[in-house]
Amino acid sequence: MINTFIGNMGHLMTIVAFVSSLVTAFAYFKYFQATEIEKASWQRFSRISFYVHAGSSIMIAFSLFEIIYNHRFEYFYAYSHSSMALPVHYMISSFWEGQEGAFILWIFWNVILGLILIHTNKVWEAPVMIVFALVQAFLVSMILGVVIGDLKIGSSPFILLRDATNAPIFQMNPDFIPEDGTGLNPLLQNIWMVIHPPTLFLGYASTLVPFAFLMGGLVTKRYSEWIRPALPWAIFSAMILGMGILMGAYWAYVTLNFGGYWNWDPVENAVYVPWLILVAAIHTMITFKKSATALKTSIVLVILSFILVLYATFLTRSGILGDASVHSFTDLGLSGQLFIYLIFFALVAIFLSVRAWKYIPSSEREASVYSREFWIFIGATTLGLMGFQVILPTSIPAWNALVESFGGISNMAPPADQVEFYTKFQLWFGIVLALLTAVGQFFWWQKMDKKALKDALLTPYIIAVIISALVIVLAKVYDWKYMILVVAGTFTIVANAVILSRLLKKSAFKLAGGSLAHIGLGMMLVGIMFSSGYSETISINMSGLTYSNSWEDELNKEHVLLWINKPLQMKDYTVIYRGRQKKVEGIQEYVPAKILEATDKVNEAIALEDYKDYFKKGDKVNIVLEENDYFQIEYYQNEVLKFSLSPMSQFNEGMGGLISSPDSKIYLDKDLYTYVAAMNDYEDPEWKEDQFYEAAPGEQFHIADYVTYFDGAEVMQEIEGYTLQEGDVAVKAKLRILDYDVEKKIEPTFIIRNNQVGKLPEIDNELGIKVTLENILPEENKFVFKVNQYQKDYVVMKAIVKPYINLLWIGSLIMLVGFTVAIYRRFDEFKKMRDKGLE
Amino acid sequence: MKKGPLIGIGIIAVAIVIIMTSIGDASSYETFDTAWEMKEDGNDKAIHVVGQLKKDTSGEVTGLNVRDDKTSFTFVLVDNDGTEQEVFYNEPVPADFTRSESVVVIGSYKNEEIFIADKILMKCPSKYQETEVQAAGM
Repeated sequence: MINTFIGNMGHLMTIVAFVSSLVTAFAYFKYFQATEIEKASWQRFSRISFYVHAGSSIMIAFSLFEIIYNHRFEYFYAYSHSSMALPVHYMISSFWEGQEGAFILWIFWNVILGLILIHTNKVWEAPVMIVFALVQAFLVSMILGVVIGDLKIGSSPFILLRDATNAPIFQMNPDFIPEDGTGLNPLLQNIWMVIHPPTLFLGYASTLVPFAFLMGGLVTKRYSEWIRPALPWAIFSAMILGMGILMGAYWAYVTLNFGGYWNWDPVENAVYVPWLILVAAIHTMITFKKSATALKTSIVLVILSFILVLYATFLTRSGILGDASVHSFTDLGLSGQLFIYLIFFALVAIFLSVRAWKYIPSSEREASVYSREFWIFIGATTLGLMGFQVILPTSIPAWNALVESFGGISNMAPPADQVEFYTKFQLWFGIVLALLTAVGQFFWWQKMDKKALKDALLTPYIIAVIISALVIVLAKVYDWKYMILVVAGTFTIVANAVILSRLLKKSAFKLAGGSLAHIGLGMMLVGIMFSSGYSETISINMSGLTYSNSWEDELNKEHVLLWINKPLQMKDYTVIYRGRQKKVEGIQEYVPAKILEATDKVNEAIALEDYKDYFKKGDKVNIVLEENDYFQIEYYQNEVLKFSLSPMSQFNEGMGGLISSPDSKIYLDKDLYTYVAAMNDYEDPEWKEDQFYEAAPGEQFHIADYVTYFDGAEVMQEIEGYTLQEGDVAVKAKLRILDYDVEKKIEPTFIIRNNQVGKLPEIDNELGIKVTLENILPEENKFVFKVNQYQKDYVVMKAIVKPYINLLWIGSLIMLVGFTVAIYRRFDEFKKMRDKGLE
Repeated sequence: MKKGPLIGIGIIAVAIVIIMTSIGDASSYETFDTAWEMKEDGNDKAIHVVGQLKKDTSGEVTGLNVRDDKTSFTFVLVDNDGTEQEVFYNEPVPADFTRSESVVVIGSYKNEEIFIADKILMKCPSKYQETEVQAAGM
């Protein structure tokens, strides 16, 4: 029976959340305007109203999760994003696979942030919460699912399958419930996809906090006081957003077969740019706190970072990227709504800033070249230009849409080689940033003039040059651009380490956030340079195959074809493909797929053979996601097995075929990254024509290309899966087939019953052969075998070496630690001022 | 000398360089006919062509030719003007390739017979647009 209650509740809660957000905005507005006597009651009312909003928002999330958790496939969302076989932690991923779920996640984070702000602020509550409530109204409207005439507002996740599709089955039986859903995209079945989206959306959500404080400051004419409460949140936001981006990059690295962690895809660019601007904003805000300059710049940057997050949402969720991105997006018809959301806040922010502009204090004093303000300003400008360089080409599809909406024709497309295009600019920006962070830190901590600067920088500079020279020589960095990057990166690491050690000596760890973050930056830059710039594909095809076209011979084939058991030389390694494996519950290692036979139940199999101490023949075992195949690839050096990798592939009909995830061998100084790009399909083999071989017991002969030993035949008393009757004669021929270093037993059976012949052939899927004992010729002492061939098992594989990628990950972690230290320090400052009653 | 204007000019200069290279390096959407004209004019720049895979009367994809070592293949793409063109791609066949609704090839002509794709983007039938519910459980 269809359960409509939970969906109706979810939908009702959406409406309650929408209305209560508007009421909250209105109530806080009244509270803001109210006289001292009325303030208390308006405050109480506003808060209650926000609590109602918070409660209903949490109920929305609960309802949707209930639908997924209890496999209510009568709902479109559960049907299209989950399935019975999905474990609980991936149900969480199902929750935000759809855009509606992602919006709910965003709403949820805003609610949490709003509750924290209400309870940590005194004077800022009203103006900040007005902005919050309005943002919530826009977000909730995205999942409202209300239709007024031709106008559709929002896309509700609570619609029933029968309303979402017009499948004929619902005309016959409106209460039809599918037994299973179409499942979660296997690429999202990864632990990083459980935690990456919430992190990223918390990053998105938290950019609202500094923006809300700024709007509050502009309205209440406290043009500079907003910085103090906003700063810890801006740093928090940059940290979380940065962490979200890095998790996404790491996820792409371990699950997608892009061959890397960053692809300059529009989706990645769209979050990278607001992060850059936010980081620039943090720097100008800190400068303002120190020396009362750069306030206007801070205001512009804070507004820009918030609007860019909305722009990123617009680009990625309106379907406008269409042909430009490898990520497939669907247009839920929200583009208009998203655009209004973006324009509304952009206009409000511009209006309030323009109105306040001439009252905003700015310093007339020209910043000296030896002042930290000057260098911070240059740094912020560099970050801004960096963002500009990325967002401009990323917006080409939006530009086309704009031109076309005015009736024009624009056939501009994003650059063909995105990696090359973005790298040639970002590399230099990275170098400039590294140099600025090295020099800037010295300006930050002490007064500088020409001589002091020279003294302070000389030692770190010499150390950095020596280290870089070593790195360049030892790691063979012979590209001049990369050499400069190594020097710049090392310089910032050394210079900031000097500052860090001074701070630690004074036990001022609280102040060390900046130098830690900059050390992280230096390491990341060097790590990115090595792992991307010197990434080397070692799976170059040397098959010696000549092609029909001469031009084709000139192209590098970056994949190799591995036939099962056949060794292949690949750079320093010899690799051998050993067959498919499955992951079995409770067993650490993978189990060969050929000894498991699927049963009718999902994720269950029967063992055909004993396997080590884990299970016995005939045992039932549980497979972890039966669609997943793990291809065992052995790597040898000097004939010694060094390690073996098991890249995963899943043949998923519903998701459109083969989905691959890489497996990497991780060394301290490099990763060896391997993935499967194509594989053999051995469902429904088309057997080739019959071939007949005659052999006597004890004889050695060739079946196809394989050396085969006929060890003899045996009269059987019983046969598995077949009941022998009185008078039956069953003969089993024992063949051993050699395939390189592997010996296979193939034992076809021949049965005679009442002068009738029955044949039980043996199939070996890995070799792609079927052997039938066709006849026995007693007078010649010979056996006749019929052999049919199909396709020997194979994989097409790519292997890439990524040197020093660990530097990138370690640098990222250090940068995050730096951010955390800075948040602690700035929040502490805010708290002290607030408790003194000053804020 | 005041630094303010100097820095301002510097920023504007960098911004202009960025804008010019973005326009200069931007690719374009073409048809096979215009792409070939570009090639004949000596323009080797990689461009985008949007099209569909060639299908026979029963709706099966035809013209797919996988090389023996399975690491590259050619296929026939029909652009939006209906021009058919054989395209070579130096990668194994992407998994959902034959199911894709439309294919974007990014690359250029090698000679009149063959277009070489450096990159392929596929638009796959979206789950959202699927109007059939599989007969699961029927």
